[in-house]
Amino acid sequence: MIVDAFYAAPALLILALGIYTTVVRDTFPATVGFLAYGLLLTVAWVQLHGVDVALTEAAIGGGLTGMLLVRASARLRPIEGQARAETPGLPLRLLAGLVAATVAGALALALLTLPDPAPTLAAEAVANIASTGVGNPITAVLMAYRAMDTLLEATVLLLALIGVWSLTPDRVWGGRPGPRYNADPDGILSFIARVLPPIGIIVGIYIFWVGADHPGGKFQAATIVAAMWLLTLMAGLADAPPIGRRLLRALLVAGPVVFIAVGVAGVPLAGTFLAYPEGWAKPMILVIEFALMPSLALTLGLILAGAPERGAQP
Amino acid sequence: MSTFVDWFTYVSIGAGLFFFLAGTVGLLRFPDTLTRLHALTKADNLGLGLVVLGLLPQVDGVLNGLKLIAIWLLVLLSGADAGQLIARAARRRGPPI
Repeated sequence: MIVDAFYAAPALLILALGIYTTVVRDTFPATVGFLAYGLLLTVAWVQLHGVDVALTEAAIGGGLTGMLLVRASARLRPIEGQARAETPGLPLRLLAGLVAATVAGALALALLTLPDPAPTLAAEAVANIASTGVGNPITAVLMAYRAMDTLLEATVLLLALIGVWSLTPDRVWGGRPGPRYNADPDGILSFIARVLPPIGIIVGIYIFWVGADHPGGKFQAATIVAAMWLLTLMAGLADAPPIGRRLLRALLVAGPVVFIAVGVAGVPLAGTFLAYPEGWAKPMILVIEFALMPSLALTLGLILAGAPERGAQP
Repeated sequence: MSTFVDWFTYVSIGAGLFFFLAGTVGLLRFPDTLTRLHALTKADNLGLGLVVLGLLPQVDGVLNGLKLIAIWLLVLLSGADAGQLIARAARRRGPPI
């Protein structure tokens, strides 16, 4: 009974917050609802023992996406009334609701009619884990069995950054993202931006390193490092680099390029793209992760920093 | 001996939950931003501190205990700073207090 309530309470709250986020009219309350929704989703994943997913949800689903939405809603505030005046008519809204409900209903139906026990590859994933040299089955899936998906994920982030940059006005192309923040140098924001980053970077490296054998990994770690960087940017302690800088662009593509190079090396050495030669899986995975982590942190940070708004001079 | 340790955990986590409950009631009932912030930060500091204190005897290994304490210290730091930042923004933009 108590156990049921323990699982049901977050589920019901998630449902309620989901409805609130959809129904509420203003952008900012919807964003706050989404942030709380992400945190509760994290709790739910921990309850399901999916700690890897919980970490990713907290870092990327709740934290990073939440911050993107907060910025977007702050930017949309001046034109919110105007946007609401352009609300589509009732038939269109009904149609949209119907389509959304059909998708949700179909998903629920598929989930409820799953065979019990559900088909799973978990046993095979664990049985072959020794050949990958890592101890965390999630990392084995991400970096060995389904390395292709991870490569595409890293590439998609780069494409997202190009999308953000493509919104740059012509006159500041190659310039620095966002405004130059001028926080009070003796204020609380400057204080936390000095105290927290050393701790955050160590936590990020720790989460990156334990990812081989425990929940964690480069995506979560890169998000933490990117958050620390943004903190120093917002406190005005550092300035965002101009996006025209060649070194910056080289660092951004370094991770995916190393990933692809290791993948191509697998063709002559192990017979197929992204295959690791016998006994070399662990070192190869480490090389990819080490190359990918700085690129990911930089990409995520720059996506959040936004499109350039001023010239390259500081 | 182990029952004594377990009871210590129950009592400490129970006290922690009481502070979270009180903080939530304060958040819902207090009249303005500053008092609401006051209620919230007390819940974070004391409530989480007592929960961590209650969990300490249950962890296996010193390292895990240190991680719990580190989490509490980080929440203390970020809670106090976020409270200051929100209060400052409220004083600058909101109605006079």
